Amino acid sequence: MSGLRILVPVKRVIDYAIKPRINKAQTGVETTGVKHSLNPFDELSIEEAVRIRERKGPIKVEDILALSAGGPKCPDVLRTAMAMGADRAFHIDVPDKGDGGPEPLTIAKMLQAVVKEQNVNLVLLGKQAIDGDQGQTGQMLAGLLGWPQATQASKVDIKDEAGTVEITHEVDGGVETLRAKLPLVITTDLRLNEPRYASLPNIMKAKKKPLEKKTLADLGVEDTRRLKTLKVTEPPPRKGGGKVEDVDGLVSKLKELGAL
Amino acid sequence: MSGARNLTAALRRARVPRPRLAIRTVQSITPLTARAFSAGSTRNSDSRQIKFTSEAYPNLKRNPNFAEISAEDVAHFKEILGSQSAVIDGVTTDATDDIEPFNSDWMRKYRGHTRLVLKPQNAQEVSKVLKYCNERKLAVVPQGGNTGLVGGSVPVFDEIVINTSRMNQIRSFDAASGVLVADAGVILETADQYLAEREYLFPLDLGAKGSCHIGGNVSTNAGGLRLLRYGSLHGSVLGLEAVLPDGTIVDALSTLRKNNTGYDIKQLFIGSEGTIGLVTAVSIQCPPRPKAVNVAYFGLESFEQVQQAFLAAKGQLSEILSAFELMDGRSQKLVIESTGNKHPLEGEYPFYCLVETSGSNAEHDMAKLESFLESVMGDGIVADGVLAQDETQFQALWRWREGITESLSHLGGTYKYDVSIPLADLYLLVEDCKARLMEKGLVGDDDSFPVRAVVGYGHMGDSNLHLNVAVRQYSKEVEKVIEPWVYEWIQKRQGSISAEHGLGVAKREFIGYSQNETMVKLMKQLKNLYDPNGIMNPYKYI
Repeated sequence: MSGLRILVPVKRVIDYAIKPRINKAQTGVETTGVKHSLNPFDELSIEEAVRIRERKGPIKVEDILALSAGGPKCPDVLRTAMAMGADRAFHIDVPDKGDGGPEPLTIAKMLQAVVKEQNVNLVLLGKQAIDGDQGQTGQMLAGLLGWPQATQASKVDIKDEAGTVEITHEVDGGVETLRAKLPLVITTDLRLNEPRYASLPNIMKAKKKPLEKKTLADLGVEDTRRLKTLKVTEPPPRKGGGKVEDVDGLVSKLKELGAL
Repeated sequence: MSGARNLTAALRRARVPRPRLAIRTVQSITPLTARAFSAGSTRNSDSRQIKFTSEAYPNLKRNPNFAEISAEDVAHFKEILGSQSAVIDGVTTDATDDIEPFNSDWMRKYRGHTRLVLKPQNAQEVSKVLKYCNERKLAVVPQGGNTGLVGGSVPVFDEIVINTSRMNQIRSFDAASGVLVADAGVILETADQYLAEREYLFPLDLGAKGSCHIGGNVSTNAGGLRLLRYGSLHGSVLGLEAVLPDGTIVDALSTLRKNNTGYDIKQLFIGSEGTIGLVTAVSIQCPPRPKAVNVAYFGLESFEQVQQAFLAAKGQLSEILSAFELMDGRSQKLVIESTGNKHPLEGEYPFYCLVETSGSNAEHDMAKLESFLESVMGDGIVADGVLAQDETQFQALWRWREGITESLSHLGGTYKYDVSIPLADLYLLVEDCKARLMEKGLVGDDDSFPVRAVVGYGHMGDSNLHLNVAVRQYSKEVEKVIEPWVYEWIQKRQGSISAEHGLGVAKREFIGYSQNETMVKLMKQLKNLYDPNGIMNPYKYI
């Protein structure tokens, strides 16, 4: 096997430390004026791609390509990806329609086209994006490509020059170790690694790295939707507890509620 | 960083709805159960070992003019305050364990002998309590979240603790002017969260925000992390309500920005540490919450470069600069030792800085910040640095600054000096102090040396340094080497021996290093005017 050509698809989502709010029309989550950042699982994928390069394993990493589909702010997360160590980036321009973006199958088809065009032999992607929580893209992509897949990886180990890869993932009650040959699709889980900070020198360098803009049409994919979101609502608010002054208050409260 | 990060990530996966609060639990501690910054589980057993302040300061003698609390007094207080939970009675019953948290501070440095804790619910109750105490000559200690650093909120002898925790209502908020009126016992973080929902910000932020009360903040004129941007409480507090020892309720709860009518009496209560009255409510001017906040963390090779970076930040970030914090290399190593977190920078540097910007437009701010970063990196002022890419990294980077106090407390005792020094000499104090302790052979890596480390960090933007001497055990030997040497050092440079922590028990006798005789005399006159019997927070301040 020659070199590793890694594709890391990333998504710009509402920052996961921020509490999402439903918009007034109840069609989705309010996104205007809300802090966005890189989907945390995608951060793990980039980190892992960079670590595979830094480990200097049996196969040299030739290229790390970060890709994101979305509106005009997408380049922000692509710059972050490049500051963390991706070599170049594709921004697939998909206008923000407030519908949560293209469906997983559309994204998988788009990635399939990029894999072919860019001669990719390893796709590292987050097991899910924290906005839609669908967790399907990786599996669909593997199916479309006819490649083996290893989901929810907690460890990735390139074993030899022939492209044997061992992947550990966590299952109920233990861990499972899988072996497969490149080309391969891997989805990442929380315990895979601890993503690095983007350092200032690397942020500067990332500004000079190539960022190419493409459209879905360039890749021969159409944004069709199979699902329609009818309504988005918040879970019913939890009723707050009350305070009692003393033991007598507690006892009478319990009696009142029929617990005593 | 990893701990908090993985924790929130895991919680998110487990569908716990507020990951942000999960980070907070690391630092927000309720005062009564797991007290500020110390391991809650071990607390009860070894709290008995904290030395009594009366033993640590043998020159403090109980004022014989003060009456002893009697069972009748307790009965009277129970009558005034009504509900059972308002009085913790250690006079007629054995309530040692219940009272212990009110008797000592979280640093485990000060411990009093009080046998009575009162928790009034409003100014009228405070008034009745104080009036009675004044007539009976019973000494009192006003206490908020008890997160102070100078022993100001714990009793020395048997003073009655008047705790503000039950005065915890937000009274009003005007969304047009941004003026918040709230009871003294509202926890700072609670107030800020209330304001956050209304897109405003409390103009004060500090490490103990999860425990401290805003009344305590005002009474001690707390400074904190964003003084650089929002100014001191002497500016942002518009009015307050306080109770004098004779029971008079001082209603100065103005919500006006401008009010030039007579002496500005409210200022006397700001920073007077409960020595002339007890603050029961505050009205405060709150700024709009910044929509875009960024934080960068730098490694620098010398203090000279730290100063250059500060000048560059002031020049290029001016109106959006909201914090410029300094941490020395040793302080960051202690955080690593204590938390086990991975440091954000690869290499080691003698100095680190944290720069925060707050503004209204993320893109404009980022453009300014990036050009600032490019210039300080390009000019070689900053050796390395990182920029937080998301909210979690933002919180994690702040933890490297805010977590120092907590980390030190896990590793043993700390002699803390909170001083104002002209900027050029700011870090020289740490170097001189370290050299002095080394010379005496007190600093070392194993348990035979009393001093673990001498560290410096602080609010560079306000010329405010925290000199901390981390010790394995508090000892007179170490204390004698540092004091009064450190105060003399500061006096020589016209600095202040207490920039934001106040005087309390710790700095009381050293006020002369920063205030001249006339000033101290005027202060004593004020004290005698408002508190002729001296019952308010005795043995402290002046």
